Amino acid sequence: MEVVDPVIFRLAIFVLAVFVGYYVVWSVTPALHTPLMAVTNAISSVIIVGALLAATATATSGGGDPNGAGFSRGLGAIAIILASVNIFGGFLVTQRMLAMYKKKER
Amino acid sequence: MSANLAALLYLVSGILFILALRGLSSPETARRGNLFGMAGMAIAIVTTLLAVDLDGASIALIVGGIAIGGGIGAVIARRIPMTAMPQLVAAFHSLVGMAAVLVAAAALYAPGAFHIADELGNLKHLSLFELSMGTAIGAITFSGSVIAFAKLNGNMSGAPIILPARHLLNIAIGVFIAVMIAFLMASAGEAKLAFWLITLAAFVLGVTLIIPIGGADMPVVVSMLNSYSGWAAAALGFTLENTALLVTGALVGSSGAILSYIMCKGMNRSFISVILGGFGEDGSAAADEGPKGNVKQGSAEDAAFVMKNAGKVIIVPGYGMAVAQAQHAVKEMADVLKDEGVDVAYAIHPVAGRMPGHMNVLLAEAQVPYDEVFELEDINSAFSNADVAFVIGANDVTNPAAEDDPGSPIYGMPVLQVWKARTVFFVKRSLGSGYAGVENPLFFRDNTMMLLGDAKKMAESVIKALD
Repeated sequence: MEVVDPVIFRLAIFVLAVFVGYYVVWSVTPALHTPLMAVTNAISSVIIVGALLAATATATSGGGDPNGAGFSRGLGAIAIILASVNIFGGFLVTQRMLAMYKKKER
Repeated sequence: MSANLAALLYLVSGILFILALRGLSSPETARRGNLFGMAGMAIAIVTTLLAVDLDGASIALIVGGIAIGGGIGAVIARRIPMTAMPQLVAAFHSLVGMAAVLVAAAALYAPGAFHIADELGNLKHLSLFELSMGTAIGAITFSGSVIAFAKLNGNMSGAPIILPARHLLNIAIGVFIAVMIAFLMASAGEAKLAFWLITLAAFVLGVTLIIPIGGADMPVVVSMLNSYSGWAAAALGFTLENTALLVTGALVGSSGAILSYIMCKGMNRSFISVILGGFGEDGSAAADEGPKGNVKQGSAEDAAFVMKNAGKVIIVPGYGMAVAQAQHAVKEMADVLKDEGVDVAYAIHPVAGRMPGHMNVLLAEAQVPYDEVFELEDINSAFSNADVAFVIGANDVTNPAAEDDPGSPIYGMPVLQVWKARTVFFVKRSLGSGYAGVENPLFFRDNTMMLLGDAKKMAESVIKALD
């Protein structure tokens, strides 16, 4: 048998994660749907990983394009700022909201 | 750091994100869940920094970027009023979308940094496809979220803007994007113009997709854009071969999709009809003179007297209560009633507020305990045992026409059966129709008493009358 392309493994991870997401999100209580959106916002900013790679591009990264690395760094820096707004803003606002949910005093 | 170790750490980070969402199944575990999420993010960032070769300039860009962005984010998170949460979430979605576009562009210009170039420095076809999808979905998320933000924030009218032949236009843009993706792949990534045309066309598509959707459907749109931002992240997760990004993209994508579904069900609309837009464009045309009848008007004193002597009072808050900033006064009123021995509960409709769960947050902010707040399916049967239903700032979600008038535009929508309570107090500014432009026959029922006035002032007068 030939070797399986690693892309297929990534696809498998992705498909399984969609199922995990489906079941986990249905178990979220409706009272916390707003914090859910805020926190999903924060975690989707893990795209900052890509921005970090872009900001560390070197002269050899650009293939045939001598300006590729510099351009990539610029784009990466902006993406880092945008994603950081989201990471800090998203997690902190979620924390602020969750701190307000209190049980009845008995 | 070895690539294998990095991959394992990204997996840990992905699992921590799953636990972050899992924690939201109850308010008790939610705070810990949020900490898991933060830990997952920290692991992903540190792992990446350890895996790349850093030089002085890139360290400056990274530290500076995180400091600037993080500072802005922290200030926003602290200052934002809870009523503005829908706009904030829309704005955050736009940032994720834009970040996806920028990362995809960087991957195209410096494939070596992303380890996606072949020996000749060219991009693989599959990588080009993934990053084209990343930029296209990211760009739609960005411009769509900007429009949603403007509509929610009041910078733009909530009324649908209908372009001529808009479906044809959207299909044409979609086809153009598909052709450009094929062209970019055929050129092995040399046709950089094609990439920018994909991005530009997707920006336009984001606008044309969202402008025809009316303000009443914005909760669905915000959820949908949440989903898109996830799919954009997932597409780039394939490019970067990064498990954390793949898992997160899948989680966020399905989360947004489920929330859109719940919102659509709460309004009895099909997802397709929301996406196609145009709802609410002819809302005023339905102003026919139906069986009006008499309206009973009451005063704060009447309401105070009846509620003081009631056994069970169910408060039905709507977005109007939040707009009037009446939630604190309502909570105070409930406290006084509880001291009088009255059983008080809150009933929340799935689409109360401007985003999923919005009303729960607003009540939590007013320090209403979450175990006094009930969802529609859990409390609807309780109205027939309640002495009073106190409707404040809600309208369409209490409309009996949704159950018994097949001609009503909101027929079939699940509603709170407030009319089954012995007495209904309905706090409202005037006798006008609701957000969806639909007349509410509840106003003319024998057991309904209208309390006309500002929600906050009315709640305060009731408190005064209770003393």
